[in-house]
Amino acid sequence: MTMNERKTIDLEQGWEFMQKGITKLKNILEGLPEPQFSSEDYMMLYTTIYNMCTQKPPHDYSQQLYDKYRESFEEYITSTVLPSLREKHNEFMLRELVKRWANHKVMVYQEVNGKVRDAVISLIDQEREGEQIDRALLKNVLDIFVEIGMGQMDYYENDFEAAMLKDTAAYYSRKASNWILEDSCPDYMLKAEECLKREKDRVSHYLHSSSEPKLLEKVQNELLSVYANQLLEKEHSGCHALLRDDKVEDLSRMYRLFSKITRGLEPVSNIFKQHVTAEGTALVKQAEDAASNKKAEKRDVVGLQEQVFVRKVIELHDKYLAYVNDCFQNHTLFHKALKEAFEVFCNKGVAGSSSAELLATFCDNILKKGGSEKLSDEAIEETLEKVVKLLAYISDKDLFAEFYRKKLARRLLFDKSANDDHERSILTKLKQQCGGQFTSKMEGMVTDLTLARENQANFEEYLSNNPHANPGIDLTVTVLTTGFWPSYKSFDLNLPAEMVKCVEVFREFYQTKTKHRKLTWIYSLGTCNINGKFDPKPMELIVTTYQASALLLFNASDRLSYSEIMTQLNLTDDDVVRLLHSLSCAKYKILIKEPNTKTISPTDYFEFNCKFTDKMRRIKIPLPPVDEKKKVIEDVDKDRRYAIDASIVRIMKSRKVLGHQQLVMECVEQLGRMFKPDFKAIKKRIEDLITRDYLERDKDNPNLFKYLA
Amino acid sequence: MPRSSSRKSAPPKSSSVHSSDVGRSGKSSSSKAVMKESERIDHLFDSYANSSSGMIEPEGIEALCSDLGVVHTDVRILMLAWKMKAEKQGYFTQDEWQRGLKALKADTLTKLKKALPELEKEVWGPPNFLDFYAFAFQYSLTEEKQKTIDIESICLLLVLVLGSQFRPQVDRFIEYLKIQNDYKVINMDQWKGFFRFCNEISFPDLQNYDPDQAWPLILDNFVEWMSAKQS
Repeated sequence: MTMNERKTIDLEQGWEFMQKGITKLKNILEGLPEPQFSSEDYMMLYTTIYNMCTQKPPHDYSQQLYDKYRESFEEYITSTVLPSLREKHNEFMLRELVKRWANHKVMVYQEVNGKVRDAVISLIDQEREGEQIDRALLKNVLDIFVEIGMGQMDYYENDFEAAMLKDTAAYYSRKASNWILEDSCPDYMLKAEECLKREKDRVSHYLHSSSEPKLLEKVQNELLSVYANQLLEKEHSGCHALLRDDKVEDLSRMYRLFSKITRGLEPVSNIFKQHVTAEGTALVKQAEDAASNKKAEKRDVVGLQEQVFVRKVIELHDKYLAYVNDCFQNHTLFHKALKEAFEVFCNKGVAGSSSAELLATFCDNILKKGGSEKLSDEAIEETLEKVVKLLAYISDKDLFAEFYRKKLARRLLFDKSANDDHERSILTKLKQQCGGQFTSKMEGMVTDLTLARENQANFEEYLSNNPHANPGIDLTVTVLTTGFWPSYKSFDLNLPAEMVKCVEVFREFYQTKTKHRKLTWIYSLGTCNINGKFDPKPMELIVTTYQASALLLFNASDRLSYSEIMTQLNLTDDDVVRLLHSLSCAKYKILIKEPNTKTISPTDYFEFNCKFTDKMRRIKIPLPPVDEKKKVIEDVDKDRRYAIDASIVRIMKSRKVLGHQQLVMECVEQLGRMFKPDFKAIKKRIEDLITRDYLERDKDNPNLFKYLA
Repeated sequence: MPRSSSRKSAPPKSSSVHSSDVGRSGKSSSSKAVMKESERIDHLFDSYANSSSGMIEPEGIEALCSDLGVVHTDVRILMLAWKMKAEKQGYFTQDEWQRGLKALKADTLTKLKKALPELEKEVWGPPNFLDFYAFAFQYSLTEEKQKTIDIESICLLLVLVLGSQFRPQVDRFIEYLKIQNDYKVINMDQWKGFFRFCNEISFPDLQNYDPDQAWPLILDNFVEWMSAKQS
């Protein structure tokens, strides 16, 4: 082609050439027999157009060419394309559209989108009903809605998606209204889960991905939100029934489904809480019944029922904690429900024993020698871990601590602790959960005992180095730190002369070691091994210091009256009755009582039973411990008074003026870690603090208190 | 001034407190008509005071009461003490006496007697009664650093000061105080609390009583006891 000698092409001539090309194209599109464009054909067409558009005015035919091209194009669409779409329906129409669309990418859209939309939706519904549909086709069709927006989703959303969502809602609303009547809760949930899965699948196959959340929201709303309560409360298959029958899988499904809807888990967790509370309360009732049945027969087998109860509570906790972790995927709502449920029945107590006491007793049984539970070290560790977990639900932690301390003291002082490692290990666990203040005294007790062993070794060394210091009998002294240990009566007993000497020797030794320390002797905790010269054979008796003192009285007299014994021992009636009973009315009758009855009375006389014997050479004569429960509770009550006083003063010191309700609330909050103070107790302390001029009531507002510095 | 006057007039009276009060005071007021009011008040004081302590002591008050024709446990004597702002139970100092009698404009026994109904009216009036009520408690604290009053005395005091206004409440409360074991003594706050209770709480249905309010615990317990009894 020569640049310079380009011939000007006029419009008619050029357009005629173009029309030939257009006709050829139409034939090809409509599938009429026509050879394909060759590259030469293309070249000629394009060159002609190029030239016609670049000729100097007035021969620049750009505009005219464009108009004419449009005319012929529109004529083609209206006379051929659209009729062909109009006469076809459903899938065939869609096929036609895709074909036409692929051919033209023209604005057929406006004309057909409504029809297309309806057709697509109806296909989707068919698929929902289980029919096979051509997903690739739908994908192509829907791409048109996306493509037409040229990057914007408006066409897709307004012309297709909105109607599709509406239809979806209607579809599932219809379905759900039937299912909820016909199906059990698990079946319904299975269907719902399957539907959701399918819808998701649908999105991935042919809907635009932006539809997924909206679509699922619709389905969840119709299937779950609308019928949530009806579904959960289904009488024989709802949430209650699933929990009752341990339908773990269904519960997991329930969690998965309801976690998707707004506030969906709340009712589930509420039912869970109710269920656990009921189960726990049933355990309490069971233990209560067992205890009251036992009362009639034998009350001596101390707390075996209660022991069983704690075991069962632990099992219950294990079970439902597993539910929370697995079925309910560790969701905080369910942790909270579990906690609240346990708090309800764990604070009820059984047969007059608070749960604080039960837990302490339970620990004691595990930690002491010969307790009722025979467990491996690992099992002990695991059980202790669980008891400590349960403790979190108990509001009277201070009461637990006091009972625990009493029992720990017995274990340590009477050499009943089975394993030092376990003792320390539970203290570590308690410390982690309740803080250092909670366990400091208990740790002190354990340490005291270690120190006491060293001290005893030193004492023995001292004795061998100082032959003049001879206690006359073997003496072991356990020196304890006041304050760590529960309070005991001291210096009450009139010690036999033999033992007085021991005490003196030890005192001398102790003074060589420490200055400014006061020794207080607690005879009530002492144990003695004494030799009894009985006629059949001599025997070794293991008795308490109280019992020993009473027996030693009979070295000097053959026969003693109750009151003589009481005067010489300087003990209370309670103590004297208790120890004389152990020596004359129980298994081993070391003393003969006149008259020979089963109880001790102040008019009784006692005589040494020289005929006594037993098949063993060494016997232990138990002295039943005094019931410490009352004292523990009193001690805790007293401590609480101090704690409440201190808390109120602390709060008022910083706030100066505070309303009554706030004061009570802050006080409860401050003390809540250790115990749940009773409102009355707080009021009582406020009354007292007013009398003691720490607080005064505001003159004008009687609900307001002021701190008096 | 007060001291010298008391000294002057003390000797003749000390021997004859009981026998001659009425006549003496009548005579002195007539014979010394020109005496100033304050002098007459002092004079009257002297006729009851113990010369060595310079105060009217329990016997003096006893005498005053019989001259006034009232028993010493009469609420009006408590009111008189309130008017004087008397500090110690059973005793009137000269300052207190002057303060009280001047306020009552009574410089003779007759005038004092006549002033009593007025005083009663004054006390029952709302602005004064709470003050009087609190005074009654304070006045009953006889020991150093004493802050509480035993239940038995409280019961007597309640009848005395509230008996005429809130008889049903007082009767029930006393009944409760006597059977309960939680409290052996009552403090000022509880004392005042009961008066507020009488004024604010509908009785005997107690419908507007709210134990969540800062009522003293003893009143919570009282209300609980009443409700238990009623049901």
